[in-house]
Amino acid sequence: MASHGIRDQVAIIGMGCTKFGEHWDKGTDDMLIESSQAALADAGITLDDVDAFWLGTMGSGLSGLTLSRPLKIQHKPVTHVENFCATGSEAFRNACYAVACGAYDIAMAIGVEKLKDSGYSGLVVGSPANDGTSATVTAPASFSLLAPAYAKKYGVDAQELKDVLTRIAWKNHRNGALNPRAQFRKEVSMETIACSPIVAGQLGIFDCSGVSDGSAAAIIVRAEDAHKYCDNPLYVKALSFVAGPASGPIDPSYDYTSFEEVVHSAADAYAQAGITDPRAELAMAEVHDCFTPTELVLMEDLGFAERGMGWKEVLAGTFDLDGELPVNPDGGLKSFGHPIGASGLRMLFECWLQLRGLAGDRQIAGIGGIGGSAGKTKALTHNLGGGPGACVSFVSVVGSELG
Amino acid sequence: MSGIVSYGAHVPYWRLQRTAIAAALGSGGGKGTRSVASYDEDTTSMGVEAARRALAWAPDGFVPPIVAFATTAPAYLDKTNATAIHAALALPSSSAAVDSIGSVRSAAGAMMIAGLRGGLAVMSDIRTGLPGGSDESAGGDAAVALVMGDGDDAIALDIGGADATAEFVDRWRVPGESASKQWEERFGEHAYLPLVEQSVTDALKSAGLTITEIDHLIVTGLHTRAVAAARRVIGARPDAIVDDLAGTVGNSGAAHAALLLCDVLDRAAPGDTIAVVTLADGCNTWLLRVTDRIGARRPAHTVREMIAATNDGLAYASYLTWRGLLRREPPRRPEPDRPASPPSMRSNAWKYGLFGSRDEAGFVHLPPARVSMESGAIDRMELVCMADVRATIATFTVDRLAFSLSPPVVAAVIDFDGGGRFQCELTDVDPAAVQIGDRVEMTFRRLYTQDGIHDYFWKARPLTRGASPGEH
Repeated sequence: MASHGIRDQVAIIGMGCTKFGEHWDKGTDDMLIESSQAALADAGITLDDVDAFWLGTMGSGLSGLTLSRPLKIQHKPVTHVENFCATGSEAFRNACYAVACGAYDIAMAIGVEKLKDSGYSGLVVGSPANDGTSATVTAPASFSLLAPAYAKKYGVDAQELKDVLTRIAWKNHRNGALNPRAQFRKEVSMETIACSPIVAGQLGIFDCSGVSDGSAAAIIVRAEDAHKYCDNPLYVKALSFVAGPASGPIDPSYDYTSFEEVVHSAADAYAQAGITDPRAELAMAEVHDCFTPTELVLMEDLGFAERGMGWKEVLAGTFDLDGELPVNPDGGLKSFGHPIGASGLRMLFECWLQLRGLAGDRQIAGIGGIGGSAGKTKALTHNLGGGPGACVSFVSVVGSELG
Repeated sequence: MSGIVSYGAHVPYWRLQRTAIAAALGSGGGKGTRSVASYDEDTTSMGVEAARRALAWAPDGFVPPIVAFATTAPAYLDKTNATAIHAALALPSSSAAVDSIGSVRSAAGAMMIAGLRGGLAVMSDIRTGLPGGSDESAGGDAAVALVMGDGDDAIALDIGGADATAEFVDRWRVPGESASKQWEERFGEHAYLPLVEQSVTDALKSAGLTITEIDHLIVTGLHTRAVAAARRVIGARPDAIVDDLAGTVGNSGAAHAALLLCDVLDRAAPGDTIAVVTLADGCNTWLLRVTDRIGARRPAHTVREMIAATNDGLAYASYLTWRGLLRREPPRRPEPDRPASPPSMRSNAWKYGLFGSRDEAGFVHLPPARVSMESGAIDRMELVCMADVRATIATFTVDRLAFSLSPPVVAAVIDFDGGGRFQCELTDVDPAAVQIGDRVEMTFRRLYTQDGIHDYFWKARPLTRGASPGEH
């Protein structure tokens, strides 16, 4: 497969991110204005300076008009992209390619989702006219299949696995409590999590990321132009996107303990970025914790833990904020919230803050390059959309230094 | 000469204790149980289940030239219901499909039509009544299918019969009403008895038999009192009177005469004579003689075994909810979209027949695909029918968020014997009792109805029940 990557060819020079949550008083337009203005101010440019836009939203608007109308963009290209929960990342990825190829000098990638207007519990995704035979399972039910499969394959007893899942939710809420932009900003005890009402399989309410509104944006330029705008840009090292053949649900050999699509996209991303030991080289990772068992499996699929050992690493605190490889330091989908079109960009926003020493109470120690110190300078973001055995996966690597 | 070639019955998984009715309402109900179709069954889906069984026991290679469907509770008006059964049985388009619907007498119509053409008669019913009333407690839900054919193939020969027809308003319902009305009972008894006498007498004469030669007397009809009186005056031997299953199933309307006939065929000996006397706006008597082919064509499970394998713990509130008599608070989720007709027609083989596709390497794709998962080859598949194939639960989950008339939804990933994996709903199941490794079989159900369109498709159910369509 010829995936050459565009390592160090483009850089982020500014980002903005709204608070995520139940924004009864803000519509899609309001959040787009807010995050775009914040990103432009952060980069020290105006809207007119932007040459092209990539807008990610799954269900909150169609066509580029969803952005150009409220922002009154004057006859510039606006591409609307969607790729399930990787929508925001997809907007970023395509904006990067447009700048790398030289077609545009300054691009904006912006994502938004207004989920709380639907009035329904949980995520609702429309589908085209069909014959009524597709399985009616909800997202929690679909991902709940991971837990018993993982437990069985690696000999973890049911209660112990429940403890692992609880630990993941607890960690993410703990991180989110330190994050002024997160939807949920209170620590939650392990007991509350473990005893929360069951939604599907073993998963309780606290094992599931909530429904949320929000928007985030990034400004991208060619790497050689970055210092015109910003002393400490982030360089894009890798962008990988994989759409699987959706064979898991029809293949008896699929065992629900891994996302093959994630494994492929991670391998591609690491090759593009020149990473050989992710756990040692990454300062942090933002991963798609739509449900707690998803984060567990991702630790292994992304190569942060050996197969079958992820659960032990979770319990040992390896992925805690003060652990060896902090995962979801901003609270993750779990406590930051998951407005579909914005999430991928929100993950990059945390990298934007952490790698440049601006994460405040959440600042990870040992991030290199700050004040001239040595240390890790790269971060990873990951999104997945769809379900076990049938999904799309995105992995990016960004870094504060060239090379 | 013609007769019945094979038979199959479907008794739904749930039964309601009649005492549960009185416990809830303070009156009504009675003793024993009545069978209750699941929330995901209707007369069409139950008809499919019965038809699959009857065809499983018909001679090899038999393809019915016609399916005739009878019910008092059709899923559709203006649209033929038998065509869905035709599709689920994957019959060729040259086979006909017709309905004979609206009343118990419709069943005689279906059997007559099937008899004329050597085809399949499917009788199915869901019987309800106003809560607390006798129709509710005395009714039952069931479906039966009979393959009719030549005397040379028959397990029971048609040896005679007679009708006595009259017009009188004893039981009636205007379309759209949810319950029937009945004139005072003594009037119906007065109207029916002379018709019974005439029809039975004429039938016996046509076969050259006396009543004491009848080995099995079935008397059935919706007028309970007239039926009881008829049984007394017909004058058959006491040992010949057939239990009408009122204490277990209830009266299954258009399916009931045939259901009692199946019960008799389950145990009749070659040479036995059977009289089926149906009181339904007149009286019809049908005489049959069992042949020595009966032994080889009995289904794996008898009607009584099927009834014994049901669950009599249904709550009255569930019965009312499932029949649409109690509108419950729905979850805060959108209702499903109506199934769209063009894609449904394109995927007819999958949706109704459960046909998957198998590639050249033997990999089964469910739903059927044009492109092979492993080789990428296009249009090099053969269709393979999974409806009668057993499967094993590979994994499952209980979904408490999904929309259902009977939550929670149990979603299972099942692996078919011989290949093929499929994610589907489980039904007729206790969510707490499901285990990985459980064996399941496929069952045809109505998933939901939206904008008046019924969404038919397949679910899986545990194999612990008796009576599996493909079992020999």
